[in-house]
Amino acid sequence: MLGLNKKDFSLLLIVALLTMLAPFILNPFPEGSELAQFNAGYPDLMQRFVIFGIFAIGFNILFGLTGYLSFGHAAFLGVGSYAGVWMMKLLTMNVIPAILVSVIVAGLFSILIGYISLRRSGIYFSILTLAFAQMSFALAYSVLTPLTGGETGLQLSLNDPRIIGTSVTESGSIPVTHLFGLEMRDSFELEMGAWLFTFNAGYYVCAVVLLVAFYIAIRIFRSPFGMMLRAVKSNQQRMKYTGLNPKPYTLAAFVISGMYAGLAGGLMVSMDPLAGAERMFWTASGEVVLMTILGGAGTLIGPILGAGMIKYMENILSKINSTILHEWFAFMPDGIEDLLVTLVYPFIGKGWHLTLGIIFMLVVIFLPGGLVEGGQRIARLFRRKKEEPKGPDPEHHPKPAPHVAE
Amino acid sequence: MSKSTLTRRGLLKTGAVAGAGLAAPTIFDGKAWSAAHTGFTNAPEGDTVTLGFNVPQTGPYADEGADELRAYELAVEHLNGGGDGGMLNTFSSKTLDGTGINGKRVEYVTGDTQTKSDAARASARSMIEKDGAIMITGGSSSGVAVAVQALCQEAGVIFMAGLTHSNDTTGKDRKANGFRHFFNSYMSGAALAPVLANAYGTDRKAYHLTADYNWGYTTEQAVKESTEAIGWETVNTVLTPLTQTDFSSYIAPVLNSGADVLVLNHYGGNMVNSLTNAVQFGLRDAQANGKNFEIVVPLYSRLMARGAGANVKGIYGSTNWHWSLPDEGSQAFTRSFGTKYGFPPSQAAHTCYVQTLLYADAVNRAGSFNPCAVVEALEGFEFDGLGNGPTLYRAEDHQCFKDVLVVRGKENPTSEFDLLEIVEITPASQVTYAPDHPQFAGGALGSCNPGA
Amino acid sequence: MDAIILQILNGLDKGSAYALIALGLTLIFGTLGVVNFAHGALFMLGAFCAVTLNGILTISHTVIDETRTDFLGNPLKVEVPYIYDIFGETLGASIIDWSVPLAILFAIPVMILIGVIMERGLIKFFYKRPHADQILVTFGLAIVLQEIIKYFYGANPIPTPAPEAFIGSFDFGQLIGFDANTIIYPYWRLVYFGFAMIIITGVFAFLQFTTFGMVVRAGMADRETVQLLGINIDKRFTLMFGLAAAVAGLAGVMYTPINSPNYHMGMDFLVLSFVVVVVGGMGSLPGAVLAGFLLGILESFASMGAVIDLIPGINQVIIYLVAIVILLTRPRGLMGRKGVMEE
Repeated sequence: MLGLNKKDFSLLLIVALLTMLAPFILNPFPEGSELAQFNAGYPDLMQRFVIFGIFAIGFNILFGLTGYLSFGHAAFLGVGSYAGVWMMKLLTMNVIPAILVSVIVAGLFSILIGYISLRRSGIYFSILTLAFAQMSFALAYSVLTPLTGGETGLQLSLNDPRIIGTSVTESGSIPVTHLFGLEMRDSFELEMGAWLFTFNAGYYVCAVVLLVAFYIAIRIFRSPFGMMLRAVKSNQQRMKYTGLNPKPYTLAAFVISGMYAGLAGGLMVSMDPLAGAERMFWTASGEVVLMTILGGAGTLIGPILGAGMIKYMENILSKINSTILHEWFAFMPDGIEDLLVTLVYPFIGKGWHLTLGIIFMLVVIFLPGGLVEGGQRIARLFRRKKEEPKGPDPEHHPKPAPHVAE
Repeated sequence: MSKSTLTRRGLLKTGAVAGAGLAAPTIFDGKAWSAAHTGFTNAPEGDTVTLGFNVPQTGPYADEGADELRAYELAVEHLNGGGDGGMLNTFSSKTLDGTGINGKRVEYVTGDTQTKSDAARASARSMIEKDGAIMITGGSSSGVAVAVQALCQEAGVIFMAGLTHSNDTTGKDRKANGFRHFFNSYMSGAALAPVLANAYGTDRKAYHLTADYNWGYTTEQAVKESTEAIGWETVNTVLTPLTQTDFSSYIAPVLNSGADVLVLNHYGGNMVNSLTNAVQFGLRDAQANGKNFEIVVPLYSRLMARGAGANVKGIYGSTNWHWSLPDEGSQAFTRSFGTKYGFPPSQAAHTCYVQTLLYADAVNRAGSFNPCAVVEALEGFEFDGLGNGPTLYRAEDHQCFKDVLVVRGKENPTSEFDLLEIVEITPASQVTYAPDHPQFAGGALGSCNPGA
Repeated sequence: MDAIILQILNGLDKGSAYALIALGLTLIFGTLGVVNFAHGALFMLGAFCAVTLNGILTISHTVIDETRTDFLGNPLKVEVPYIYDIFGETLGASIIDWSVPLAILFAIPVMILIGVIMERGLIKFFYKRPHADQILVTFGLAIVLQEIIKYFYGANPIPTPAPEAFIGSFDFGQLIGFDANTIIYPYWRLVYFGFAMIIITGVFAFLQFTTFGMVVRAGMADRETVQLLGINIDKRFTLMFGLAAAVAGLAGVMYTPINSPNYHMGMDFLVLSFVVVVVGGMGSLPGAVLAGFLLGILESFASMGAVIDLIPGINQVIIYLVAIVILLTRPRGLMGRKGVMEE
């Protein structure tokens, strides 16, 4: 169906179900309970899951298929964001032109950087992309302040020209982003018993874009073009001997993944119209690498899982403070309560980085294929009880094969 | 299946849910963060109100963030009637009586800004959307303050800025829903210039090293303009990258430039390193133009002074507040903070504590949590007893006008918290400027946004 | 002219730090084939060795001074280090004053130990794994290490001054015939540069002239053959990792008076030192040193006012610009071998 084989179609269907029902899935705990702290079903975080999922899917097209490890991908996301905000400042608050321009500008930027960086491979390629991204960050933060807003970020103001639409609404504020009138922040709230679910317009716009992006990624993975990219990864020499020039294929992959990043940037500013230079810093580029590897590089669903996991920790774990801990352990005797709080405290709130670091290490050490491999192992465990274990799907089971070099 | 439109917290939290198990869809015509019937975002229901404390918990300003958080916790304790009441007793407005805000007990949620505008907005949004925070406060840099202020304006909640010193926060990026108690670059310049003229004379040549981002630009401009007004000459201004750690190559040429004063428009780690480097190069003991060479740091904080250690001795700068101030309010705050945590509060802690009190009092006086009512109550509000003498929250730009402290690195500190000594308390009148002053031009408050 | 000499001098000590970190990084890569993202953290740990030693030396008991009061109005508690009681106030104070140089002795065993534990406990299992996995696991380790330091020491920089004798600067310009005050250079930076040169020479001499070094070099060139000869290369590589950690750690110890250490200083240097290694050529020790000094000096030049006026923002991007130019003109960096880390 849709040009996909049965397995891929069911994968797409699963992702579609997950994203469409995310408001339910991410809010498993009743409002007001102690565990409500772990609910992630509010618009901002749901949007972030999906947007960073798109970013990671795109990154995976380059890294997972060709093995080229770009350490500067955040630059494309940043450039896309700036382009998007400028569209909103100059043209209209409708998100469509902003997103389109983000993708186009990021695409052009990635053609330029890709063309130069792809003259080298391995770690030399990584450092070239890193250098370009760091330059973009440094300039955006300082010299290019008139264009980028510098430290405070590029944001809308009350005296933007905005050709289509108004500079100021009747109530004297800046107009909000919308899709042909549907405001991105509009929400519908459903109350079921003690549970409260939020369905946010912006989220669903992002989710639909994610599904399209995911579908395109599957098609690329399964296409002859995707095969070529895998050939680039496994043996460029042999590819050259057969008379194929790997360069155009790699560049195409680079640009496509740059456009995905731009798309993510465009969506980001559509949901929250401010573009800060920090989103181009090398740690942001590193983050998408981590998302991809954490989830499982070279797999279709892995990057989305990795993105979700990191963003969840960043937004949920960091908000737990000692007061909340005391509430959790309040049922314990005083001494034990204090002991437990002391033990747990270094890992949450301001210590969430520590937990992140430990999880990276654990996943890499014990699950070389990322979370996807973890899932497969669990699945195999259950399956073994019922039927004969099937051989692992070659596509969805990345061997701990070299990604970068060797 | 009542047509009740509950806010996210409020009634749900109390567990009084009718018809459990039944789906009761409530459709809002409004926004994700609004509740239609109350007319504004996150209107508190039930007997509690939630404030959002958004401070840096990771990254280079984490310690400053931790101090801010201590102050917020103390403020909440005092508002709810705990502790010794701190500045509640000295505050000129007497609406705060330890029964919370508007009779509702104060609860709070915390978030991590990471000192990045994106992360700060994400955590502010989660506090608004998920936890139902009615007011967001905190932050330790101007980039974050401006970004979060804009978000709060959009969302229709009040933003009470934490530590933010750039002119832009209440200048070109001012917002109707945002308020700043902290002082700004212009005030630093205006307060410092006369003291510097007194100490170093009016015939001086200054060399500026400036952090290459918005805050640096406004501080350089403010200090430059005010020192030039007293007769100083600016020899050179050089921009330094934010990510710079070793400033030797910027500092080495200073001594030979004809300048006899070095102004370091740096904050945080940048300032610690550039000052350490300058002292290493012997600038503090050097002679130039027949005078002693001097170093000035326009914005001081205690944590920076601690990082720079003995290098701060004798170096002038300005600060928003210092625990050694003798007035009743400052003493009360220092006492309750010191008793609870064992060391004196920083200026960041002070501004955060005061902002929380000012918000609470404004709600009480307005009799409503509606942001527009709060804005109205705060605009033009004059108060005293919160540590900086008589203060005005100016209506035109939502900036507080109060005394500014000129301080100097102490020669013989008695502890690691006792690093600065107050040289002069510059009266508010001397640092007041017109709302349309060129350094603050280009912004507009817009109108207050209650959200719904 | 004087301005140029001045910036070359400034570049030298910046370059010293880059070169020392890059040296260890490329040593680990060359011998073990591991891309170590935790190397910046080792530099940071070294710096905190100095902080820790200072902390140990200043362990104090409190004496109540009735004549003065603290901020709450109570009698002031004055901290008196035990070392004053043991050695007397003068000697005790000068021991504390010299805590940074003393920390070298403290840091060497500590850092070698940390290096060996890291290699045996973690890195060992990653020799056969892809570089991406190595990057991820060492990056995770770097985060864990810096968060541990942050937990104990806070996020604020901690002042660790050089001994009194080395504070201040001397007029280098006058020595070589320029006007006074044109070229000044702090004593400690001279010490740092000299120290770096000693370490670099030491590492090269060790690899060049000892049997141990010879085996390691042979192992770098062809690991399997060396093992076939019946030499236990693993043990030596473990020690090499400890050595590389010690080099990074010592660079950190001596760096503390230049910039007050904080928990994220390793991350600040990490990216730069990778750029240095790659510009020098992956796995090339002389390349790393050369690139370290080259980038240090160029960075200093780019910070000159005249240069910034000519090309605004150049001081922000110079390192990366140089890296791009070198990598495009010399495919494997300055002194890299063919075929290393290219596929």
